[in-house]
Amino acid sequence: MSEEKGIRAHLGGHLRENGMLLALLAIVAFFTILLQLREQPVNFLQPVNIANIFLQNGHVIILALGMLLVIVAGHIDLSVGSVAALTGAVAAWLIVTLGWPVWAAVPATLLVGAAIGAAQGYWVAYWRIPSFIVTLAGMLVFRGATMWMLSGQNIGPFPREFQFMANGYLPDITGIGKPHGLTLILSVAAILTLCWLGLRARARDAGFGISPEPMGLFITRMAVVALAIGFVGWQLASFRGFPVVMLLLVVLTVIYAFFTENTVAGRRIYALGGNEKATKLSGIRTERMVFLCFVNMGVLASLAGMLITARLNSATPKAGVGFELDAIASVFIGGAAMAGGSGTIVGVVIGALIMGVMNMGMSMMNLGIDFQQMIKGLVLLAAVWFDIYSKQKRG
Amino acid sequence: MTALLEMRSIGKTFPGVKALDQVNLSVEAGEIHAICGENGAGKSTLMKVLSGVYPAGSYEGDIHYDGALASFRSIRDSEAKGIIIIHQELALVPLLSIAENMFLGNEVARRGVISWPEAWARTTDLLAKVGLKETPQTPVGKLGVGKQQLIEIAKALAKEVRLLILDEPTAALQENDSAKLLDLMLELKAQGVTQIIISHKLNEIRRVADRVTVIRDGSTVSTMTQDEITEDRIIRDMVGRDMENRYPARTPNIGEVLMEVKDWSVTHPEQARQVIQGAAFTVRRGEIVGIAGLMGSGRTELAMSLFGRSYGRNITGEVTLKGQPADLSTVSAAIRAGLAYVTEDRKVLGLILPEPIAKNVTLANLKGVADRGVLSHGREAQVAEGYRKAMRIRTPSVFQQVGNLSGGNQQKVVLSKWLFTGPDVLILDEPTRGIDVGAKYEIYNIMNDLAAQGRGVVMISSEMPELLGMCDRICVMNEGRIIGELSRNEASQETIMAMILRDGVLRDGATSGERVA
Repeated sequence: MSEEKGIRAHLGGHLRENGMLLALLAIVAFFTILLQLREQPVNFLQPVNIANIFLQNGHVIILALGMLLVIVAGHIDLSVGSVAALTGAVAAWLIVTLGWPVWAAVPATLLVGAAIGAAQGYWVAYWRIPSFIVTLAGMLVFRGATMWMLSGQNIGPFPREFQFMANGYLPDITGIGKPHGLTLILSVAAILTLCWLGLRARARDAGFGISPEPMGLFITRMAVVALAIGFVGWQLASFRGFPVVMLLLVVLTVIYAFFTENTVAGRRIYALGGNEKATKLSGIRTERMVFLCFVNMGVLASLAGMLITARLNSATPKAGVGFELDAIASVFIGGAAMAGGSGTIVGVVIGALIMGVMNMGMSMMNLGIDFQQMIKGLVLLAAVWFDIYSKQKRG
Repeated sequence: MTALLEMRSIGKTFPGVKALDQVNLSVEAGEIHAICGENGAGKSTLMKVLSGVYPAGSYEGDIHYDGALASFRSIRDSEAKGIIIIHQELALVPLLSIAENMFLGNEVARRGVISWPEAWARTTDLLAKVGLKETPQTPVGKLGVGKQQLIEIAKALAKEVRLLILDEPTAALQENDSAKLLDLMLELKAQGVTQIIISHKLNEIRRVADRVTVIRDGSTVSTMTQDEITEDRIIRDMVGRDMENRYPARTPNIGEVLMEVKDWSVTHPEQARQVIQGAAFTVRRGEIVGIAGLMGSGRTELAMSLFGRSYGRNITGEVTLKGQPADLSTVSAAIRAGLAYVTEDRKVLGLILPEPIAKNVTLANLKGVADRGVLSHGREAQVAEGYRKAMRIRTPSVFQQVGNLSGGNQQKVVLSKWLFTGPDVLILDEPTRGIDVGAKYEIYNIMNDLAAQGRGVVMISSEMPELLGMCDRICVMNEGRIIGELSRNEASQETIMAMILRDGVLRDGATSGERVA
């Protein structure tokens, strides 16, 4: 009885985090069932689809990671789509036109992204021009610059190693081949690591007298996550293995999750988003933190730009249109607050996956782009409403 | 006389805090009823319950108004019954005209189209009632605070007010503006408007109030009629104990000079005038130094400019800490030099309200719980837990959101945050503002402990009794200068005020002399 009450109280307190995960699973289940019920049943969870969710949405997740930091700091970046297009064009110019090797062109492009981010961050941080204005200007400027650089044409094709970044799969170093041994090893390693981290966090919480999540709930949640990872891993292994993009995403997610939760710099960004004046009076150079958030966003935007350029195998003037909205929507679906100071990396990744799964599901159901947009808009509204509703219930 | 308003056994609970408990208030038709109580006693909460800001059902108890049980669900409901509240912070839109403000939400309009000539004519009438001759088209932002307060009252009259509630209406007013406002209150009373005034100023209460209700720690203590009102009695009821033991005893153990400020001058951030002129003072080890002065004398500006130049520009002067010239050019440099500044406004400048206690405590010294930039959540929790025990912060755990704590506990969190930076000298700006009496006593105890540990404490306060009760020495500020120092034995409210007044006279003399020359 008391156990049950504990679970309910805990679920109430952590409605958001668990709710996000459940929403993602529910949406996946929804499309799986709907597509099975069609006259010609389609398996939504077939391996190629799972791989494609990551291949086709990698750029959104990458942009959303940077966007979270910008939004946590209390700002917004509307220019990321244009920056992605411009840096894609820069990469194309370096590699295709000038013939630079890929290993030199990729870091050079990331540096260009950092410079663009610095240019925008400078105005936001040190002149206190609202980021909405600065990045709206940036959105126009960098889109124009892309068109100018490409003279309205596409540049391509790219050498294979550049495309590998976006389309490639990890080689199976175990030599099993089918199923893909390395993928299985990585999946098992991921499950074990998550369980270990979860248990360690519980032990730590108990040590400091935080009432821990009820054991039953913890095991259920871990089981669901392990099953999901195991299933995805198995499906990928029986297809072509582990996509390079996915590895990149996992590594970046881990790095950013660690950065936001466990580093001094990460904490400072949350503090400044929560109360800039108090943070400043605590001896933290808030301007510099804002500036660095934008530099980081520029770097990630250029990475996303290179990814889409590599996937399409050409740089185009229209690349990246609307990316900023996908990234911003993912961050808010993922539970960040418009006012800054809150939001988690895991939430944002789940938010981006919800968007990605919905894109794919709706496309497979042959829903037109018109309905897709309307539904995505309503999902964003619903997610944020749920956020505010659950906060009100608690307050 | 019959009661227009009866509030019976009102209770209101916020997460972690019982703000009101068994409050009873009875206001008779046509009277002016004063409500007294310390900051945080629950006066404003009570008025929010009455006006429907906290809707019926979110509090306990009954409200009877005009002979019927009232259950207001919003301010609109209570205003429809003629209950109008004028808040401490004025609710006027500075860029809109007087007429626009006057009928905001209540526009003089037919089918959504505003009739300006009518609105202006009615505004002029209403302004006349409160003794103003301004043209209705004047933007409200161009008027002084006193006139804005009168416009708020005119706005209430426009709504056919029956019960007017004024929440510390004279707090920001000059003497003559206050007098005008009080006269207006008496005039309205003659016209039959029942009024509730929340005020700390006992002379005002004696002047206008028919009865006084004192609230302490969320409960009604007493209600007295005009002939029973005495200052002593009100204070005793407000404070809940006799004045003598409001300050914990301490034997000062004063050592060598810790901090010395010389010839400190600061220019206003936007205007050309100097806000601080050649201020100089010293703080010794184990000493509590008070800074007294009127509003606008530059106390906070002095502290903030010292603390990493967080205020003003063209800052000149010299500071030594422990005999060494100190670098106070940035906040982090000031913290490194051993200075800490506990801000006046803890909610806006001191805390991150949505974050837990632990994260607030470590904010000014994150490196203290980190290795090479990586935080240790374990060490952070231990540090916070240590301060929770040492400071007696009342909370189930250090992972509680700071926004849910009471004022006193919030202040203890801010103090913990600064103690964790290991300061030699702490500047405390209004450390007990908005804190209930019991918690004030605890804050005083903490201050005494800090001094006993051999730190230097600078206390800025507007409450003179508090300075007199706590400080070994008091520096008196006036118009940006430190005009004198009084030892514990010399200092009294009279000597401090005399010093300020004499300084004003001297300066007026000096400036008129210059003009002649």
